[in-house]
Amino acid sequence: MTETTNPILFTPERLANAQEIIARYPEGKQKSALLPLLHLAQEQYGWVSSDVMDYVAGLLDILPIEVYEVASFYTMFHLDPVGKHVIEYCRTGPCCLMGGEDVYGHLKQKLGIDTGETTPDGKFTLKEVECLAACGWGPVFQIREKYYMNLTNEKVDEIIEELSK
Amino acid sequence: MAVKILTEHINVPNINTFEVYRKMGGYTAVEKALKTMTPEEVVEEVKKSGVRGRGGAGFPMGMKWSFLAKPEGVPRYLVCNADESEPGTFKDHYLMREIPHLLIEGMIVSSFALGAKKSFIYVRGELMYVIKILEKAIAEATAAGFLGKNILGSGYDLELVVQPGGGAYICGEETALLESLEGKRGNPRNKPPFPAVKGLYQSPTVVNNVESIANTPWIINNGGETYAGLGVGRSTGTKLISASGHINKPGVYEIPLGITVEDFIYADEWCGGIRPGHHLKAVIAGGSSVPILPAKLILNLANGDKRLMTYESLSDGGFATGTMLGSGGFIAMDETACIVRNTWTFARFYHHESCGQCSPCREGTGWMDKVLERIETGKGNMRDIDLLVDVAKKIEGNTICPLGDAAAWPIASAIRHFRSEFEWHITHPQEATQPGAVYRGEMELV
Repeated sequence: MTETTNPILFTPERLANAQEIIARYPEGKQKSALLPLLHLAQEQYGWVSSDVMDYVAGLLDILPIEVYEVASFYTMFHLDPVGKHVIEYCRTGPCCLMGGEDVYGHLKQKLGIDTGETTPDGKFTLKEVECLAACGWGPVFQIREKYYMNLTNEKVDEIIEELSK
Repeated sequence: MAVKILTEHINVPNINTFEVYRKMGGYTAVEKALKTMTPEEVVEEVKKSGVRGRGGAGFPMGMKWSFLAKPEGVPRYLVCNADESEPGTFKDHYLMREIPHLLIEGMIVSSFALGAKKSFIYVRGELMYVIKILEKAIAEATAAGFLGKNILGSGYDLELVVQPGGGAYICGEETALLESLEGKRGNPRNKPPFPAVKGLYQSPTVVNNVESIANTPWIINNGGETYAGLGVGRSTGTKLISASGHINKPGVYEIPLGITVEDFIYADEWCGGIRPGHHLKAVIAGGSSVPILPAKLILNLANGDKRLMTYESLSDGGFATGTMLGSGGFIAMDETACIVRNTWTFARFYHHESCGQCSPCREGTGWMDKVLERIETGKGNMRDIDLLVDVAKKIEGNTICPLGDAAAWPIASAIRHFRSEFEWHITHPQEATQPGAVYRGEMELV
C-alpha cells in the first residue's frame, strides 16, 4: 500500500510537468489544471489524500475546498489508500451481456476479496466502474492506463498471476 | 464498396504517425483551407455538407458554428468533446487510438473556421493512453509546421491542448464539460446563455464531438455538396456505429447512412449476424439512453417497410414504435438477454452518474435503480411497474440537462415493449432469480 508521507512534494520531473500544464491555460485560468494535476498526484502517490489535495491547491493558488469538492466528484480519484494494482471492472450493460458478471464473480473468488476491498498483501484493490467505452471488446477492466479486454476466466487467471509475480 | 470518409486508411500500417498519415493525403485540407479559403468559406462548406452532430444530439454542425458570437477583442474557443461515455459507444475511442491525426487535422480546419487560437480536446480520463497518442500526434504536427505560430505562412496561430476528464459521464454534456475544463465539478449550466455566447471562461465557444470534427477534412477536400450527396435526405454522409452485444463481429463500422438495419445486423460487411444458434430479441440502436426496441420493430417500421440506419427512419413512429440514432451505440441482444436485468444495469448507471444538481434526476434515478433491483431480485410488486413509469415521466423534461431524459427513456421503453417480462419477474420470483434465468414467455424473435 502506498502511503503518503509528509512533506508532500512532486518529483522534479512531475513538478516541471505540472508547471508546463499550468502554462497551457490563459492567464488567471490556472484552475483548469486541477484535473491534470490530480492525475499526476495520483500517479505519484497511488491515491489522493487531503495533504496531497492541499499541496495541489497551493500549486494552483486556489482554496483547498476547491480541490476537495472536485476530487470527490470524479470517480477516478481514490480518496482512500489502495493496493498496488487497482482493478476497475466495468459493470455496465454491454459488458454484462458478454458474461461480464460471471467473469467478475470468478475474479472476486480468485482474489478472495469483494468490491471495494484490498487483498491482505496489498497487491490488488477491486473497484466496480461504469462504462469504459470499450463495449465491443467486453468484458473489460482497467488497471491504471491499461485496458484488459475480451476477458474470460482463463484470461483473468493469467493476468492476475502475471501481476502477482 | 461504400465511401469511407473516416476509416478509409485506418488499417494502413503506422497510420498513427504523421509521416504515414501525410503520405496518405493527410493535412491537405489544412493546406487548402489556410491557403485558399477564408474562415467563412470553410463554415459555408460545413453548412452545405449537412453533417449533423455525431455525439448523439444530431444538431447540424454548420448551423451550430454559425451561432458563434464574435465580439471584438474576445477570444473564441473550440472544444472537442472526446468524453465518450454513453454505454454502447466506443467509436471515438477507436478513431483517436487508430488514426489520431485525423482528429488533429479536423481540429485545425475547424479552429481556423471559427477563429479560435487555442482549442481543447477533452478526453475522458480513463483513456489516458489515448491522450498520450494524441499528444504525440500534436507534437508531430507542430514539428511539421501544421500547428503553432503562423501555420504554413498563413498568419494563423493555433495551439491544441488535450485535457483529461476524471471519470464522470455527465461531462459529456457540453456545459458540464466546460465546467470541468475550468477545473470545477461537472454540473451542467442553465441555458441560456448558450456556449456559443458564453462558454469556456465566459467566452464564445463551440463544442463538437470527435467524429463530427473528423469529418471536416474530407468536407474541405471534396466539398460540402459532395458530402451532402452521400446518405439519405437530412441524414448526410457516413456514421460510425459501435456494435456490441450478441453479434458475430462486434466492432466499429463506418456505414453509409441509409443502409437497412437488417443489412447492418446480418451482412458480412458489418455485424455478420446474430451468434450461431441464437435469435435476435431486442436492440438498443443509439447508446443506452435511447429507447430499446424488440427485434421486429428495429428491423421494420410500424407500416412494415424496412427500417433504415438514418436519423429519420430510426425515430420513425416516435417513441411508440421508434427509437433514435443517438451516438450510434448499437447493442444487440439475443434471447438469452434478460431485459429486466439489462434495464437495471442502465438504471444503476444513471443513478451513479447523475450529478445531483436537479432533484427529479438525483432522487428519481435512485428510485428507479432501487425499484428495478427489487424486481430483479424477486422482491417486486405489481405496483412497481407503474411506479417506474411514473417516476420516469416525472424526471423527463424536468431537469437542467438531458441526463434525466436519458435515464428515463430506457426504462419507459423497456416496460412499453417488454412489460410481460417485468410481470414474470414479479409473479415468478423463484424462477426468475435462478442464475442465468431468462423470461421464455411469448416474444417475437427474429
